[in-house]
Amino acid sequence: MQRRHILQTAALTALALSMPFASAQDGNKFKIGLILPMTGQQASTGRQIEAAARLYMAQHGDTVAGRKIELIVKDDVATPDVTKRLAQELIVNDKVNVIAGFGVTPAALAAAPLATQSKTPQVVMAAATSSITEASPYIVRSSFTLPQVSVAMGDWAPKNGVKTVVTLVADYGPGNDAEKFFSERFQLNGGKVVEKLRVPLRNPDFAPFLQKVRDAKPDALFVFVPSGAGAAVMKQFLERGMDKAGIRMIATGDVTDDDQLNDMGDGALGVVTSHHYSAAHPSALNKKFVEAFQKANPKMRPNFMAVGGYDGMRVIYEALKATKGQGGGEALLAAMKGQIFESPRGPVYIDAQTRDIVQDVYLRKVEKKDGQLYNVEFDVIKGVKDPGKAK
Amino acid sequence: MLTILFDGIAYGMLLFVLAVGLAVTLGLMNFINLAHGAFAMAGGYLTVFAMQKLGLPFLACLPLAFIAAALAGALLERTLYRPMYGKPHLDQVLFSIGLAFMAVAAVDYFVGSSQQNVQLPEWLRGRTEIGDGALLLGMGHYRLFIIAVCAVLTVVLQLILSKTRFGSRLRAAVDDPRVAAGLGINVNVVFLLTFAVGSGLAGLGGALGAEILGLDPTFPLKYMIYFLIVVSVGGTSSITGPLAAALLLGIADVAGKYFIPKMGAFTVYLLMILILMWRPQGLFTRKGGR
Repeated sequence: MQRRHILQTAALTALALSMPFASAQDGNKFKIGLILPMTGQQASTGRQIEAAARLYMAQHGDTVAGRKIELIVKDDVATPDVTKRLAQELIVNDKVNVIAGFGVTPAALAAAPLATQSKTPQVVMAAATSSITEASPYIVRSSFTLPQVSVAMGDWAPKNGVKTVVTLVADYGPGNDAEKFFSERFQLNGGKVVEKLRVPLRNPDFAPFLQKVRDAKPDALFVFVPSGAGAAVMKQFLERGMDKAGIRMIATGDVTDDDQLNDMGDGALGVVTSHHYSAAHPSALNKKFVEAFQKANPKMRPNFMAVGGYDGMRVIYEALKATKGQGGGEALLAAMKGQIFESPRGPVYIDAQTRDIVQDVYLRKVEKKDGQLYNVEFDVIKGVKDPGKAK
Repeated sequence: MLTILFDGIAYGMLLFVLAVGLAVTLGLMNFINLAHGAFAMAGGYLTVFAMQKLGLPFLACLPLAFIAAALAGALLERTLYRPMYGKPHLDQVLFSIGLAFMAVAAVDYFVGSSQQNVQLPEWLRGRTEIGDGALLLGMGHYRLFIIAVCAVLTVVLQLILSKTRFGSRLRAAVDDPRVAAGLGINVNVVFLLTFAVGSGLAGLGGALGAEILGLDPTFPLKYMIYFLIVVSVGGTSSITGPLAAALLLGIADVAGKYFIPKMGAFTVYLLMILILMWRPQGLFTRKGGR
């Protein structure tokens, strides 16, 4: 009896001691709720960002300014109502300090009101519709915007013998942005947009649209489709013999996504795209990034999603450092604004007014290097702000 | 113009091969199999991997996709589907759509969610053009190949159903299983074979379609709508119904997107609504035994 009593007391004491201890430690954790599409059509986005975020933590340690970083990854299947529910759970139950991720525009927009209400910084690492950062004063973006990269193409094309263009975009937020900003800039530079085509997002067959382009005989076809669908467009572009009919294909970098490029085959060679990141970006920092990424994830090549996630983590880490580990929503947000740093994609900064990323946009051509296809950069437009914000 | 027609026919033929298996199970066996697309996806993935990992030529993969999907179909029919035959339609719908979701999740887990690309042999990649101006007929060789394969299949299927002993046994087994069994027809075997062939056709369709429709784990759900449109517009009591429906829809889809791109994919739905208002039972239906 005696011994049992002692044991019970000991156990109870241990339990009683451990509880405040546990919660104290828990309170010292800095939690980042990463909401990403990990399954479904957009899953490649989620996997790239998660891999990059974990890489950043592995490289920079998981303790910042005395606080242990905890990454909570949730799968929203790129469905806005799920995103909203997950964001709510993360903010209310898990008491995360930052929500981050967001593979698609509707997901980012669904979480925005929650970020505002709870004063939680929301770091958008992928979704690229221009208007996202306007949905909440707590949104900071580390990826890119479509106007940003399409405008660069609108500048480059007319100078390189492209006078007439047909645009073909996927019919949703980013597609409409790409169409609008590319066309405006292209026309400003004296080009002519013959026709604007919008394809449904879930489009089984690009044949009729491409045939229409072929019959319109422009100098070039400007394409934006979310990564994944790019390969289908490119194949059918070739199958239709459009390159032989003298029509060039120009696009935003989503079409020649590094994650997919090698599977597209040699047909992709020579396609010119404008984007903010290529795995072949020739800087020492990027070489290090790509090597470390591929070492940690042998089957993947980092793409623009990965770099968005990697830099997003940096923005959060540095903000936490700057606030000396205090990590209140307002303070973090203030420390995120105006960050200037060297990213694997090149020099970038977070515009303090728009909270959107300002970065170099590159013109690239698909080339073969060591038996693999890469987007090789050949021209750069420095420090591009999101044109969608310039009103 | 003619090119549009050609593309539409090729697209329709592809839809036909994908959907005809469903028409058979739905119409002849009176079983609603919403997991039909999963068999198509299986055929597609098998083709991609046989080509990438084993280095098999594309043409060898097509019969392989058929056989593998048919075997999978036979196995599942024997184990999972047969107990469902007697159940109400709602149970069948829930059961089979559950299967489809499981297939989606399984492929996502084991293979990953990115698009798979088929590398066609050189001779299927080219393009032939005849005439010019409005009468220009541009034929992609691959689409020509699809049309040829599908046309042969259609004829073979029609002959099997209408001329062979198996066809008449199947029709008898469907119309009245009890009497058919009394006449010495092994109804279970007939159904097993039919289901297997239906699944095999889906697998073949998936293998053929991977190039044009794309292939990712959401395939069964993405194209379920198209299968169902083909089957509901065409009716389910014959081969010709789904064929005509698939061709009509293929052409309408392609032409709609070409001439009124703003309507996007809606042309197809509009057409379906109109046809079903006119003939709720589908285009070609004969009065069945039931």
